[in-house]
Amino acid sequence: MTRFTESQIERYSRHIILQEVGGIGQRKLLDSRVLIIGAGGLSSPVGLYLAAAGVGTIGIVDSDTVDLSNLQRQILHTTADLGRPKCLSAQETMEGINPDVSVIPHQLRLTSANVLDVIADYDVVVDGADNFPTRYLANDACVLSGKPLSHAGILRFEGHVTTILPGRGPCYRCLYPEPPPPGLVPSCQEAGILGAIAGIIGSIQAAEVLKLLLGLGELLAGRLLVFDGLDMAFRTIELPRRPDCPVCGDRPTITAPIDYEEFCRLRGGTTLQSEVHP
Amino acid sequence: MAEKIPDCRLDLRGTPCPLNWVKTKLRLEELDPGSTVEVVVDQGNPARNVPRSARMDGHTIVHVISENGSVRICIERG
Repeated sequence: MTRFTESQIERYSRHIILQEVGGIGQRKLLDSRVLIIGAGGLSSPVGLYLAAAGVGTIGIVDSDTVDLSNLQRQILHTTADLGRPKCLSAQETMEGINPDVSVIPHQLRLTSANVLDVIADYDVVVDGADNFPTRYLANDACVLSGKPLSHAGILRFEGHVTTILPGRGPCYRCLYPEPPPPGLVPSCQEAGILGAIAGIIGSIQAAEVLKLLLGLGELLAGRLLVFDGLDMAFRTIELPRRPDCPVCGDRPTITAPIDYEEFCRLRGGTTLQSEVHP
Repeated sequence: MAEKIPDCRLDLRGTPCPLNWVKTKLRLEELDPGSTVEVVVDQGNPARNVPRSARMDGHTIVHVISENGSVRICIERG
Protein backbone atom coordinates (compact mmCIF):
# COMPACT_ATOMS: atom_id res chain seq x y z
CA MET A 1 0.00 0.00 0.00
CA THR A 2 1.36 3.41 -0.95
CA ARG A 3 2.00 5.59 2.07
CA PHE A 4 0.00 8.78 2.45
CA THR A 5 1.87 12.06 2.11
CA GLU A 6 1.93 14.42 5.10
CA SER A 7 -0.60 16.67 3.40
CA GLN A 8 -2.88 13.72 2.61
CA ILE A 9 -2.78 12.63 6.25
CA GLU A 10 -3.90 16.09 7.27
CA ARG A 11 -6.43 16.54 4.44
CA TYR A 12 -8.17 13.21 5.11
CA SER A 13 -7.68 13.16 8.89
CA ARG A 14 -11.41 13.39 9.65
CA HIS A 15 -12.06 10.41 7.41
CA ILE A 16 -9.14 8.38 8.75
CA ILE A 17 -10.30 9.00 12.32
CA LEU A 18 -13.63 7.31 11.53
CA GLN A 19 -13.39 3.75 12.78
CA GLU A 20 -15.27 2.48 9.71
CA VAL A 21 -12.99 4.31 7.25
CA GLY A 22 -9.40 4.56 8.46
CA GLY A 23 -6.41 4.70 6.15
CA ILE A 24 -7.64 1.56 4.37
CA GLY A 25 -10.96 3.18 3.47
CA GLN A 26 -9.32 6.42 2.39
CA ARG A 27 -7.01 4.45 0.11
CA LYS A 28 -10.08 2.75 -1.39
CA LEU A 29 -11.58 6.17 -2.16
CA LEU A 30 -8.36 7.37 -3.79
CA ASP A 31 -8.34 4.24 -5.95
CA SER A 32 -12.03 4.61 -6.93
CA ARG A 33 -13.53 5.84 -10.18
CA VAL A 34 -16.97 7.49 -10.25
CA LEU A 35 -18.87 8.87 -13.24
CA ILE A 36 -21.25 11.78 -12.70
CA ILE A 37 -23.85 12.29 -15.42
CA GLY A 38 -24.61 16.00 -15.67
CA ALA A 39 -22.84 18.98 -14.14
CA GLY A 40 -25.95 20.69 -12.80
CA GLY A 41 -27.86 21.07 -9.55
CA LEU A 42 -27.65 17.50 -8.26
CA SER A 43 -24.21 16.85 -9.70
CA SER A 44 -22.78 19.96 -8.03
CA PRO A 45 -22.85 18.73 -4.43
CA VAL A 46 -22.00 15.22 -5.62
CA GLY A 47 -18.92 16.49 -7.46
CA LEU A 48 -17.86 18.82 -4.66
CA TYR A 49 -18.14 16.19 -1.93
CA LEU A 50 -16.61 13.34 -3.92
CA ALA A 51 -13.67 15.54 -4.89
CA ALA A 52 -13.24 16.76 -1.32
CA ALA A 53 -13.44 13.15 -0.10
CA GLY A 54 -10.57 12.16 -2.37
CA VAL A 55 -12.36 9.91 -4.85
CA GLY A 56 -9.34 9.53 -7.11
CA THR A 57 -10.92 9.63 -10.56
CA ILE A 58 -14.18 11.40 -11.31
CA GLY A 59 -15.71 11.60 -14.77
CA ILE A 60 -18.22 14.33 -15.60
CA VAL A 61 -20.55 14.07 -18.60
CA ASP A 62 -22.17 17.27 -19.81
CA SER A 63 -22.54 18.85 -23.23
CA ASP A 64 -23.92 22.23 -22.08
CA THR A 65 -22.34 25.55 -21.25
CA VAL A 66 -22.89 27.51 -18.03
CA ASP A 67 -25.99 29.72 -18.21
CA LEU A 68 -26.88 32.54 -15.83
CA SER A 69 -30.08 30.72 -14.79
CA ASN A 70 -27.96 27.75 -13.62
CA LEU A 71 -26.09 29.62 -10.91
CA GLN A 72 -29.02 29.74 -8.45
CA ARG A 73 -28.36 26.06 -7.65
CA GLN A 74 -25.45 24.67 -9.69
CA ILE A 75 -22.73 25.48 -7.19
CA LEU A 76 -19.89 23.89 -9.17
CA HIS A 77 -19.93 26.99 -11.39
CA THR A 78 -19.39 30.68 -10.78
CA THR A 79 -20.38 33.87 -12.57
CA ALA A 80 -16.94 33.93 -14.15
CA ASP A 81 -17.75 30.58 -15.82
CA LEU A 82 -20.72 31.89 -17.84
CA GLY A 83 -20.58 30.50 -21.36
CA ARG A 84 -17.86 27.94 -20.53
CA PRO A 85 -18.45 24.21 -21.02
CA LYS A 86 -19.91 22.93 -17.77
CA CYS A 87 -17.71 19.87 -17.60
CA LEU A 88 -14.58 22.06 -17.83
CA SER A 89 -15.88 24.47 -15.21
CA ALA A 90 -16.70 21.49 -12.99
CA GLN A 91 -13.24 20.02 -13.55
CA GLU A 92 -11.55 23.26 -12.53
CA THR A 93 -13.66 23.60 -9.37
CA MET A 94 -13.19 19.99 -8.27
CA GLU A 95 -9.46 19.82 -8.98
CA GLY A 96 -9.14 23.17 -7.21
CA ILE A 97 -10.66 21.67 -4.07
CA ASN A 98 -8.43 18.63 -4.19
CA PRO A 99 -5.38 18.19 -6.41
CA ASP A 100 -5.35 14.46 -5.54
CA VAL A 101 -8.41 14.09 -7.77
CA SER A 102 -8.22 13.59 -11.50
CA VAL A 103 -11.39 14.86 -13.19
CA ILE A 104 -12.11 13.53 -16.66
CA PRO A 105 -14.45 15.80 -18.63
CA HIS A 106 -16.73 14.07 -21.15
CA GLN A 107 -18.12 16.94 -23.19
CA LEU A 108 -20.82 14.99 -24.97
CA ARG A 109 -24.43 13.90 -24.85
CA LEU A 110 -24.96 10.32 -23.78
CA THR A 111 -26.55 8.22 -26.50
CA SER A 112 -27.21 4.54 -27.04
CA ALA A 113 -24.06 4.51 -29.17
CA ASN A 114 -21.65 5.81 -26.51
CA VAL A 115 -23.18 5.16 -23.08
CA LEU A 116 -21.71 1.68 -22.52
CA ASP A 117 -18.22 2.85 -23.52
CA VAL A 118 -18.42 5.97 -21.33
CA ILE A 119 -19.49 4.12 -18.18
CA ALA A 120 -17.17 1.14 -18.77
CA ASP A 121 -14.17 2.73 -17.04
CA TYR A 122 -16.02 3.57 -13.81
CA ASP A 123 -16.95 1.67 -10.64
CA VAL A 124 -20.10 3.64 -9.85
CA VAL A 125 -22.39 5.95 -11.83
CA VAL A 126 -24.30 8.95 -10.45
CA ASP A 127 -27.34 10.14 -12.36
CA GLY A 128 -27.71 13.88 -11.96
CA ALA A 129 -29.35 14.23 -15.36
CA ASP A 130 -32.08 16.72 -16.10
CA ASN A 131 -34.22 14.65 -18.44
CA PHE A 132 -36.02 11.35 -18.76
CA PRO A 133 -34.21 10.05 -21.86
CA THR A 134 -30.81 10.28 -20.12
CA ARG A 135 -32.28 8.84 -16.94
CA TYR A 136 -33.54 5.74 -18.76
CA LEU A 137 -30.32 5.49 -20.75
CA ALA A 138 -28.27 5.59 -17.53
CA ASN A 139 -30.50 3.03 -15.83
CA ASP A 140 -30.48 0.60 -18.74
CA ALA A 141 -26.74 0.94 -19.35
CA CYS A 142 -25.95 0.38 -15.66
CA VAL A 143 -28.25 -2.65 -15.45
CA LEU A 144 -26.73 -4.10 -18.64
CA SER A 145 -23.19 -3.46 -17.33
CA GLY A 146 -23.92 -4.49 -13.75
CA LYS A 147 -22.77 -1.11 -12.40
CA PRO A 148 -24.19 0.52 -9.26
CA LEU A 149 -26.16 3.70 -10.00
CA SER A 150 -27.24 6.50 -7.71
CA HIS A 151 -30.48 7.93 -9.04
CA ALA A 152 -32.22 11.14 -7.96
CA GLY A 153 -34.72 13.71 -9.14
CA ILE A 154 -35.82 17.11 -7.87
CA LEU A 155 -38.66 19.53 -8.60
CA ARG A 156 -40.00 22.62 -6.79
CA PHE A 157 -39.47 21.84 -3.08
CA GLU A 158 -39.24 18.06 -3.43
CA GLY A 159 -36.78 15.38 -4.29
CA HIS A 160 -36.26 11.66 -4.30
CA VAL A 161 -33.22 9.44 -4.29
CA THR A 162 -32.46 5.72 -4.53
CA THR A 163 -29.46 3.47 -5.10
CA ILE A 164 -29.66 0.85 -7.83
CA LEU A 165 -27.57 -2.31 -7.41
CA PRO A 166 -28.14 -4.37 -10.56
CA GLY A 167 -28.79 -8.02 -9.81
CA ARG A 168 -29.28 -7.28 -6.12
CA GLY A 169 -32.32 -4.99 -6.14
CA PRO A 170 -34.81 -3.08 -8.25
CA CYS A 171 -33.90 -0.61 -11.00
CA TYR A 172 -35.53 2.63 -12.10
CA ARG A 173 -37.74 0.76 -14.57
CA CYS A 174 -39.07 -1.40 -11.72
CA LEU A 175 -40.51 1.88 -10.39
CA TYR A 176 -41.46 3.44 -13.72
CA PRO A 177 -41.26 0.88 -16.56
CA GLU A 178 -41.85 3.57 -19.21
CA PRO A 179 -41.20 7.31 -19.37
CA PRO A 180 -44.23 9.51 -18.72
CA PRO A 181 -46.05 10.94 -21.73
CA PRO A 182 -44.43 14.14 -23.02
CA GLY A 183 -45.56 17.23 -21.13
CA LEU A 184 -47.08 15.36 -18.20
CA VAL A 185 -44.24 16.12 -15.82
CA PRO A 186 -43.18 19.76 -15.87
CA SER A 187 -39.54 20.81 -16.05
CA CYS A 188 -37.69 23.05 -13.62
CA GLN A 189 -37.88 25.72 -16.30
CA GLU A 190 -41.66 25.58 -15.97
CA ALA A 191 -42.13 24.58 -12.36
CA GLY A 192 -39.05 25.99 -10.64
CA ILE A 193 -36.74 24.49 -8.06
CA LEU A 194 -35.53 25.78 -4.71
CA GLY A 195 -31.77 25.63 -5.15
CA ALA A 196 -31.03 24.21 -1.72
CA ILE A 197 -33.20 21.15 -2.48
CA ALA A 198 -30.59 20.16 -5.08
CA GLY A 199 -27.99 20.49 -2.33
CA ILE A 200 -29.90 18.24 0.07
CA ILE A 201 -30.65 15.48 -2.43
CA GLY A 202 -27.27 15.67 -4.17
CA SER A 203 -25.51 15.45 -0.81
CA ILE A 204 -27.46 12.27 -0.06
CA GLN A 205 -26.27 10.87 -3.39
CA ALA A 206 -22.68 11.76 -2.47
CA ALA A 207 -23.00 10.02 0.91
CA GLU A 208 -24.52 6.93 -0.73
CA VAL A 209 -21.67 6.72 -3.25
CA LEU A 210 -19.06 7.05 -0.49
CA LYS A 211 -20.81 4.34 1.57
CA LEU A 212 -20.96 2.12 -1.48
CA LEU A 213 -17.26 2.58 -2.24
CA LEU A 214 -16.36 1.95 1.40
CA GLY A 215 -18.78 -0.96 1.82
CA LEU A 216 -20.52 0.71 4.75
CA GLY A 217 -24.00 0.71 6.22
CA GLU A 218 -27.36 0.22 4.54
CA LEU A 219 -27.72 1.66 1.06
CA LEU A 220 -30.96 2.99 -0.39
CA ALA A 221 -31.24 -0.19 -2.46
CA GLY A 222 -34.86 -1.27 -2.78
CA ARG A 223 -35.89 1.95 -1.05
CA LEU A 224 -36.93 5.30 -2.46
CA LEU A 225 -36.18 8.16 -0.09
CA VAL A 226 -38.67 10.97 -0.73
CA PHE A 227 -38.04 14.47 0.61
CA ASP A 228 -40.61 17.24 1.05
CA GLY A 229 -38.80 20.50 1.70
CA LEU A 230 -41.94 22.43 2.65
CA ASP A 231 -42.80 19.98 5.43
CA MET A 232 -39.06 19.36 5.90
CA ALA A 233 -39.82 15.66 6.11
CA PHE A 234 -38.38 12.48 4.68
CA ARG A 235 -40.26 9.27 4.05
CA THR A 236 -39.09 5.96 2.69
CA ILE A 237 -41.03 3.88 0.19
CA GLU A 238 -40.15 0.21 -0.21
CA LEU A 239 -39.27 -0.49 -3.82
CA PRO A 240 -39.73 -4.10 -4.88
CA ARG A 241 -37.92 -5.59 -7.86
CA ARG A 242 -40.40 -6.39 -10.65
CA PRO A 243 -39.98 -9.87 -12.13
CA ASP A 244 -41.53 -8.45 -15.32
CA CYS A 245 -39.21 -5.38 -15.44
CA PRO A 246 -38.32 -4.81 -19.11
CA VAL A 247 -34.60 -4.45 -18.37
CA CYS A 248 -33.76 -6.20 -15.06
CA GLY A 249 -36.65 -8.69 -14.93
CA ASP A 250 -36.58 -12.42 -15.41
CA ARG A 251 -37.19 -12.17 -19.17
CA PRO A 252 -35.86 -8.74 -20.19
CA THR A 253 -37.08 -7.26 -23.46
CA ILE A 254 -34.47 -4.48 -23.40
CA THR A 255 -31.05 -5.98 -24.09
CA ALA A 256 -29.22 -2.92 -25.45
CA PRO A 257 -29.37 0.80 -24.64
CA ILE A 258 -32.20 2.61 -26.41
CA ASP A 259 -31.35 5.92 -28.04
CA TYR A 260 -33.36 8.36 -25.99
CA GLU A 261 -34.47 10.73 -28.71
CA GLU A 262 -35.59 7.84 -30.85
CA PHE A 263 -37.14 6.23 -27.81
CA CYS A 264 -39.18 9.27 -26.88
CA ARG A 265 -40.32 10.00 -30.39
CA LEU A 266 -41.50 6.43 -30.59
CA ARG A 267 -43.52 6.87 -27.42
CA GLY A 268 -45.09 10.25 -27.86
CA GLY A 269 -44.30 11.67 -31.25
CA THR A 270 -42.26 14.49 -29.71
CA THR A 271 -39.17 14.68 -27.56
CA LEU A 272 -39.88 14.33 -23.89
CA GLN A 273 -39.70 17.33 -21.65
CA SER A 274 -37.45 17.17 -18.68
CA GLU A 275 -38.90 16.56 -15.29
CA VAL A 276 -36.18 18.57 -13.76
CA HIS A 277 -33.42 20.81 -14.94
CA PRO A 278 -31.00 20.17 -12.12
CA MET B 1 1.44 -1.50 34.13
CA ALA B 2 4.61 -3.34 33.09
CA GLU B 3 6.79 -1.84 30.39
CA LYS B 4 6.90 -3.97 27.26
CA ILE B 5 9.34 -3.80 24.37
CA PRO B 6 7.25 -2.62 21.39
CA ASP B 7 7.50 -3.96 17.84
CA CYS B 8 7.94 -0.42 16.50
CA ARG B 9 8.12 3.17 17.68
CA LEU B 10 6.72 6.47 16.43
CA ASP B 11 7.89 9.86 17.67
CA LEU B 12 4.94 12.23 17.64
CA ARG B 13 6.30 14.92 19.93
CA GLY B 14 5.18 18.29 18.63
CA THR B 15 2.36 16.75 16.56
CA PRO B 16 -0.97 18.24 17.69
CA CYS B 17 -4.30 16.45 18.24
CA PRO B 18 -5.88 14.85 16.34
CA LEU B 19 -3.01 14.38 13.85
CA ASN B 20 -1.02 12.43 16.43
CA TRP B 21 -3.84 9.90 16.67
CA VAL B 22 -4.31 9.82 12.86
CA LYS B 23 -0.64 8.93 12.43
CA THR B 24 -0.82 6.37 15.23
CA LYS B 25 -3.87 4.80 13.62
CA LEU B 26 -2.21 4.59 10.20
CA ARG B 27 0.76 2.81 11.78
CA LEU B 28 -1.54 0.42 13.67
CA GLU B 29 -3.27 -0.49 10.39
CA GLU B 30 0.07 -1.71 9.06
CA LEU B 31 0.56 -4.06 12.03
CA ASP B 32 -0.79 -7.55 12.52
CA PRO B 33 -3.26 -7.99 15.40
CA GLY B 34 -1.31 -8.51 18.62
CA SER B 35 1.67 -6.43 17.44
CA THR B 36 2.55 -3.26 19.29
CA VAL B 37 3.61 0.30 18.54
CA GLU B 38 4.98 2.73 21.10
CA VAL B 39 4.15 6.35 20.36
CA VAL B 40 5.81 9.25 22.10
CA VAL B 41 3.46 12.22 22.50
CA ASP B 42 3.46 15.50 24.38
CA GLN B 43 1.98 15.68 27.87
CA GLY B 44 -1.48 17.17 28.30
CA ASN B 45 -4.14 16.70 25.64
CA PRO B 46 -2.13 14.34 23.40
CA ALA B 47 -1.37 12.03 26.34
CA ARG B 48 -5.06 12.01 27.29
CA ASN B 49 -6.58 11.73 23.80
CA VAL B 50 -4.40 9.14 22.06
CA PRO B 51 -5.06 6.29 24.54
CA ARG B 52 -8.79 7.11 24.59
CA SER B 53 -9.02 7.03 20.77
CA ALA B 54 -7.01 3.80 20.66
CA ARG B 55 -9.39 2.11 23.10
CA MET B 56 -12.43 3.39 21.16
CA ASP B 57 -11.01 1.78 18.01
CA GLY B 58 -10.66 -1.55 19.81
CA HIS B 59 -6.94 -1.52 20.61
CA THR B 60 -5.31 -2.25 23.99
CA ILE B 61 -3.09 0.11 25.95
CA VAL B 62 -0.08 -1.90 27.10
CA HIS B 63 1.73 0.82 29.03
CA VAL B 64 1.81 4.60 29.55
CA ILE B 65 5.10 6.00 30.84
CA SER B 66 5.74 9.69 31.51
CA GLU B 67 9.26 11.02 31.21
CA ASN B 68 10.95 14.33 30.44
CA GLY B 69 7.81 16.23 29.46
CA SER B 70 6.55 13.57 27.08
CA VAL B 71 4.61 10.33 27.39
CA ARG B 72 5.33 6.93 25.88
CA ILE B 73 2.17 5.01 25.05
CA CYS B 74 2.42 1.40 23.96
CA ILE B 75 -0.60 0.20 22.00
CA GLU B 76 -1.36 -3.37 20.96
CA ARG B 77 -3.35 -3.69 17.76
CA GLY B 78 -6.81 -5.16 18.40
